[in-house]
Amino acid sequence: MAKEMMYGEAIATAIIEEMQRDPNVIFYGQNMGMTERDPMLKMFGKDRIRITPISETAELGIAVGAAMTGLRPIVELWMSEFMLVAFDQVVNEAPRLRYMSGGHVKVPVVFKAGYGFAAGWAGQHSNCTYHLVMGTPGLKVALPSTPADAKGLMKAAIRDDNPVIFLQHFLLTLEKGEVPEGDEVIPFGVADVKRHGTDLTIVATGWMVQKSLAAAERLAKEGISVEVIDPRTLAPLDVRTIVESVRKTGRLVLVDQAPRHASAAITIAGEIAEHAFHYLKAPVRLVTAADTSVPFSEPLENYVLPNEDKIVQAAKSVLAKRAVMA
Amino acid sequence: MKPSEQLGKDRLIWMWTQMLRIREFEERVKRTFVEHPGVIRGHTHLGDGAEASIVGSLATRNDGDPVMPSYRCHGYPIVLGTPTGNVMAELYGRRDGICRGFGGSMHLGDPAHDFPGATGIIGAGIAHAAGVALTAQVKKTGKVVYSFFGDGASKQGAFHESMNIAAVWKLPVVYILENNEYQAYTHVSLEDANYVGGDLLSKKAQAYSIPGVTVDGTDPLAVYDEVKKAVDRARAGQGPSLIESKFYRLSAHGNAITVPPVPTQFPKHESVEVYGRKAEFEAAKANDPIPKFRSKLIADGVMAEADANGIEERVRAEMDEAVRFALASPAPAPEDALKYVYA
Repeated sequence: MAKEMMYGEAIATAIIEEMQRDPNVIFYGQNMGMTERDPMLKMFGKDRIRITPISETAELGIAVGAAMTGLRPIVELWMSEFMLVAFDQVVNEAPRLRYMSGGHVKVPVVFKAGYGFAAGWAGQHSNCTYHLVMGTPGLKVALPSTPADAKGLMKAAIRDDNPVIFLQHFLLTLEKGEVPEGDEVIPFGVADVKRHGTDLTIVATGWMVQKSLAAAERLAKEGISVEVIDPRTLAPLDVRTIVESVRKTGRLVLVDQAPRHASAAITIAGEIAEHAFHYLKAPVRLVTAADTSVPFSEPLENYVLPNEDKIVQAAKSVLAKRAVMA
Repeated sequence: MKPSEQLGKDRLIWMWTQMLRIREFEERVKRTFVEHPGVIRGHTHLGDGAEASIVGSLATRNDGDPVMPSYRCHGYPIVLGTPTGNVMAELYGRRDGICRGFGGSMHLGDPAHDFPGATGIIGAGIAHAAGVALTAQVKKTGKVVYSFFGDGASKQGAFHESMNIAAVWKLPVVYILENNEYQAYTHVSLEDANYVGGDLLSKKAQAYSIPGVTVDGTDPLAVYDEVKKAVDRARAGQGPSLIESKFYRLSAHGNAITVPPVPTQFPKHESVEVYGRKAEFEAAKANDPIPKFRSKLIADGVMAEADANGIEERVRAEMDEAVRFALASPAPAPEDALKYVYA
């Protein structure tokens, strides 16, 4: 059974279902559960739904301590940049404590945050910061692109015994899609082929999956068959599925909303260079944001971000190239 | 009647014995740098001088109450019951270390003995302690969490943010600010607003409308009395308290930071090495909590000189054995480095 649901609603549903399933799951953050009319507060009570002051270091640090001793906290951070305020807890505490203890503790926390808000939020509230966390051993990073993935990955995040950064794309919040009802958990580290094709592989995450699918549709009208892959989690990263696709298509475009060297694309390009070089018929192309901060004014913002046109252009340029080795 | 006046003879002797065990352990750690150069790598911090404060605090515990120390953390597991050989083996990076050689001196942890784990980042553990207290509150376990940290950590955002939330949520946590006057190499007069303003550091509690007291941290019974009040309050659901426990760190902040293969050892205390305050350091040594409490217990008729000598002999033998055990413990298998990244 499936139900049509919005992306934001799907995430909330996953949290509610997991809180009903496991009394150790708690959920807190700034500006939530403020009045007794709050539906989550009504459902789960003041012990498990909490409001915090603007204190990211304590919010995340408290989650780590609670997770070490048997709770499964979800922290609502609202915006991924607010994690930067407490970055020690994100990269130097949560993922390190298990390792430093020689495996004696586990830290099952979910740091939930929105990202990529390309709607005039400008330099400090629109960023894609996943590159800062995806290479930190001990952390897992999920970035769903559809309502179904959002629900299934949030359920997996809450059940995971490791710290998970769950990044939801702001611009997908109202996107609708079919979501399986009940206990559908999407395992981490399994990419999803969002569109099958034979001429070219595009890898994208989050909002860029939609842009890439739209580009693929346009290319299809010109007789070009594009495969679109969404890794869904950046840590663990399903390199195998991408390699298998490149083996079939021989051509790869990596689309990423982050600036080039701060993108997941650059890491995937490195993996492909090592594991799929001989399958490539043309050099890999990256379509990323420009190496700038995100500007405020709409024409400026549009200019620096990847879009459908840029993806189509990149795809055509890759298809126009002869094989790397004749 | 003060709570400490109700402590029986056996408990008082237990307290002095634990203080002595910490001291003798730390002495062995220090000697390892001389007797077995290269065996201890990285940065090691000793708790000599803190024994009365640690034991006076932990003597108020109920079974199962979690303890969250700072990176200067050898003494706590010793009191909580972790075998000293396993603690020493961790400092030596050996397979039998309590963290299997993955943590080292600054990152000890032993959840089986109510010590969830320490962090090497100053102040970060204060937030973790509040989280441990949140677990106690949500699960209604009745446990109280002991959060230990230095005077330096009390200038971290984690301290202030955690105190505020703990007070708002009435978390069952007791904050023990171990004021040893030096944050690493810097004297408190150079970095603490309360000190500069002529106040005690416990004044910080007023900012969060919770009780704050200052106690002589070289007197285990004085520490016991104040911590007991705070623990009772926390257990009754009335929230956190701050106790500033004043004592003097008797060793330097840590072993000298050298680059291999240059050997490292403990330098002289900063008071002498950096600030030239020889008299201050001599006065602190004359006020050493361990002989002071020993003399008191003998004078009060709690133990005889011969009892004290016997305990000292047993503790020394225990620590000699800890060193022997740790030296004999094998190195971890190199490929084990890939374990424990994920649960």
